[in-house]
Amino acid sequence: MANANSTGTPRVKQGMAEMLKGGVIMDVIDAKQARIAEDAGAVAVMALERVPADIRKDGGVARMSDPDMIDEIIAEVSIPVMAKARIGHIVEAQVLQSIGVDYIDESEVLTPADEANHIDKWQFTVPFICGATNLGEALRRIAEGAAMIRSKGEAGTGNVVEAVRHMRTIKSDIAKLKGASKEELYTAAKNLQAPYELVAQVAELGKLPVVLFTAGGIATPADAALMMLLGADGVFVGSGIFKSGDPAQRAKAIVDATTNFDKPEIVAKVSRSLGEAMVGINIDTLSESERFAGRGW
Amino acid sequence: MTHCQNPKGLPDAAGDSSMLRVGVLALQGDVREHINSLTSLNVAVQKVRNPEELITVNALVIPGGESTTISMLANRVGLISPLREFIKNGHAVYGSCAGMILLADEILDGKAGQETIGGLDMTVRRNAFGRQVDSFETDLNIKDIGDAFKAVFIRAPWVERVGANVEVLASVKTDSGSDHPVMVRQGFLLASSFHPELTNDNRVHQYFVEMAKSATSVKS
Repeated sequence: MANANSTGTPRVKQGMAEMLKGGVIMDVIDAKQARIAEDAGAVAVMALERVPADIRKDGGVARMSDPDMIDEIIAEVSIPVMAKARIGHIVEAQVLQSIGVDYIDESEVLTPADEANHIDKWQFTVPFICGATNLGEALRRIAEGAAMIRSKGEAGTGNVVEAVRHMRTIKSDIAKLKGASKEELYTAAKNLQAPYELVAQVAELGKLPVVLFTAGGIATPADAALMMLLGADGVFVGSGIFKSGDPAQRAKAIVDATTNFDKPEIVAKVSRSLGEAMVGINIDTLSESERFAGRGW
Repeated sequence: MTHCQNPKGLPDAAGDSSMLRVGVLALQGDVREHINSLTSLNVAVQKVRNPEELITVNALVIPGGESTTISMLANRVGLISPLREFIKNGHAVYGSCAGMILLADEILDGKAGQETIGGLDMTVRRNAFGRQVDSFETDLNIKDIGDAFKAVFIRAPWVERVGANVEVLASVKTDSGSDHPVMVRQGFLLASSFHPELTNDNRVHQYFVEMAKSATSVKS
C-alpha cells in the first residue's frame, strides 16, 4: 500500500470546509453548551471563553481560550471543534494546533495582537477561517492561506444588518468580475488590493475559491435562512443561541431553518414558541472603537 | 450518452429501468461536488431533501458532511424509513465518508444514540484516522477501479469489521501497522472513507453509475 500520506494540503484544508456546507457552527463556552449544540445538529462548535455579547459587555482584552476548556469540549463532542486566535497571534495559533482543534478562526472578535499583519497560515497543518467585509479582504486572507472565509457581520449585537451588508458586498464584488476582460481584471486586482491570480480565478469560477460562511448578528431562524438565501454556504451563530430564552430549542430551529431556507413554511414552523431572542443592539449606537468588523484589513 | 425516453413522461423514475436518475441526499455536506462529478458523466442528477423527491430517483449518493447532522435532519424530514425501503428495494446507493457511516449497520465512536440507515453489513469507526490535523491525501489502489487514485481523507472513518457478503475494494495501512478497509461493496451498496468528489478523477463515480445501471436492469 502506498504510504506517501500528505497532511495539511490545500485540498485537505479546503475540503474540510466543504464538509461543513449547509450547516450551522455554534459558539459554546463549556462542555454543557457543546452537548446542546451537537444534540441540536450543529456541524461544528466554536470553543471560546466568552460569547461576543459578553466580550462587548465586559470590555478588556479578549484572548484565546484556556486550553483546559477547549480540551473539555473536544472530549465532550464527536463533531469538529474550532477555536479563535487573535489576529496576527502566531503563538496562540500554534498552541491551538498543538492541542488538536480542527479549525482556527483568526478572529476580529478577539483583540488584535498585530495591527499590520495577519498570520502566515500556509505554515500550519490545521486549516484557518478568516472574516471579510468585501471581496478584496477575502482574497487577501486566502492569499495568506485561509481555507475558508466568513462574512464578518457585527458579532455580539443580535443585529443581522452588517452580515447582510458584507455578504451582499462580497457577492456583488464577485458579480462585477464576471465577463471582465483580462485588462479589466488587472485593474480589478489593483482596486481590490488582491493578487491577480486569485481575482482571475474568482472571475472564472463566479464564486470564491473556498467555502463562504456568514457570521455576526444572526439571532433567529429567519436570520439564518436569509443569509443562506443571500448565498452563504453555511452559518455561524455566536451569542444568538446561548443568550436566548431556550437555547436547545433555538439551536435546533436555526439548524432546520438553515437546511430549509427556501421553504418559508418550515422556517415559520420552527420559529414558533422559541421564547425570548437575545436583546439586540442597534449598530448606530456603537462607537467606531466598539465595532469589531473594522479590525483586520 | 443517450438516454431512452421515459414513455410516461413522468418524473417518477423509481420503477423505470429505462432511465437512470441519480439523487444526491442534499440535507448537509458537499452535495455540490457530488453533483458536479455525476454531471461530468452525463447522468441525470437531482437533489433529494424529502421522501417525495426520493421516489423520483433510482439511485442515490449520500455525500460527505457531518454524519450526526445528516442523520438528525433525515430523521426530522421523515427520510430514515423511506431510505431503508429504498435500499431494501435493491436500488444502488453510494456513501462517501459521512455517507459510509450512514450506510453502516453498526458504528463505533458515534454520538450517543446516533442513528444510521444501515444496509451494509459492517462496523465503521468514526473519525478513526484522528482529528483534522491528521487528515491526509494518498494514492490508493482500488480493486476493479484502478490504481493511483488520489484519495482525500478528512476526519475519516475506517471499516473495523465486514460481513461475509461484503467485498473490500481498498485498504489503508495505518501508523500502527494494521490494515483497514476504506472502500467496500455489498450488492448494490458502495461506500468509501474518502472523497472522490473532491478531485477531478471521476472513476469512482463512473463505477457507481455502472453499478446503478445494472441495479435498475436487475429490477426490471
